[in-house]
Amino acid sequence: MIYILTAVLIIILAIFDYQKTLKGIKIGVKKLLKNTPVFLNMIILVAVSLHYISDDLILKYLGRGSGVLGMAISSILGSLTLMPGFVAFPLAGVLISKGVNHTVIAAFTTTLMMVGLVTYPIEKEYFGVRITVIRNLIGFLIAIIVSLIIGIFYKELIF
Amino acid sequence: MKFNFKKYIFTIIFFSIIVLSYIFDFSTGKSIFTNFSSFFITMIKFVPAVFILIGLFDVWVKRETIEKHLGEKSSLLAYFWSLVLAGTTVGGLYVAFPIAAALYRKGARVRIIFTYLGAAAVCRIPMTLFEASYVGLKFTAVRWFTSIPLIILSSIFMEKYLEKNNIKLIDNSDTASD
Repeated sequence: MIYILTAVLIIILAIFDYQKTLKGIKIGVKKLLKNTPVFLNMIILVAVSLHYISDDLILKYLGRGSGVLGMAISSILGSLTLMPGFVAFPLAGVLISKGVNHTVIAAFTTTLMMVGLVTYPIEKEYFGVRITVIRNLIGFLIAIIVSLIIGIFYKELIF
Repeated sequence: MKFNFKKYIFTIIFFSIIVLSYIFDFSTGKSIFTNFSSFFITMIKFVPAVFILIGLFDVWVKRETIEKHLGEKSSLLAYFWSLVLAGTTVGGLYVAFPIAAALYRKGARVRIIFTYLGAAAVCRIPMTLFEASYVGLKFTAVRWFTSIPLIILSSIFMEKYLEKNNIKLIDNSDTASD
């Protein structure tokens, strides 16, 4: 667990220079406290969005998915949500077993991870609105390209 | 340290609604709270540790080291390091933001920062292993090998774009040290 790693690191560094290490911890705690509101906001957004864009909804909309429409829907849904990996991938597994195109799934998972309406508040705090928007757009584009290439690989698309 | 209430307004409103949901047996509210707690618990398991590590990084790692390996004068190896760091980042993109900010303030170049962010989003190793177990090795491998070049290319593009338009990467209120 990362806490154990951190604790060990702290002990080792403290042996070298206690004051410096203490200062580092204080800075870390300060940053943590400073970031708590914006992280809480993100968790709230995730909780709300996952309620409305639930597993069932995703299964329903992506379940019939194929082709351009499927990709469009899945990439939009993925952009709007944020799911921890251990929720998203089992879901992807179910979709595959239902016969959903890999293209559609790739679009969904990649946008899920790279593009975020819910991560927007945090990202905007760090990098400002403009960079956040640009990065998300580029992320979206990358997701589309990756999905298309996956589509080609799985022979779901023919060029 | 004063307690800044304004920033917590959204949280306070949210929790008020949740409490009301439980009092009035409002199922949407309850289910949202279930989502909230589950995600919250997930995050508590590593987010504070990440911030402590960032604090230690701020204090212990010298600027010259970062500049040399990830800065303007760095070699292609910098991409490798950013991918390694991204691969070992836990959690998700949201935790990569503070890490990226810390790196930038120590002199990493913009393109490396964006490579790190993109890769931290889609190329985290624990998550990738998990992914492969559900969607297959082939899918995961194709995804990786197409994503990484695209991420690197787009990070170079972002750097040039920001330069051209003279936008600074970071200008925020987070405490810097050094």
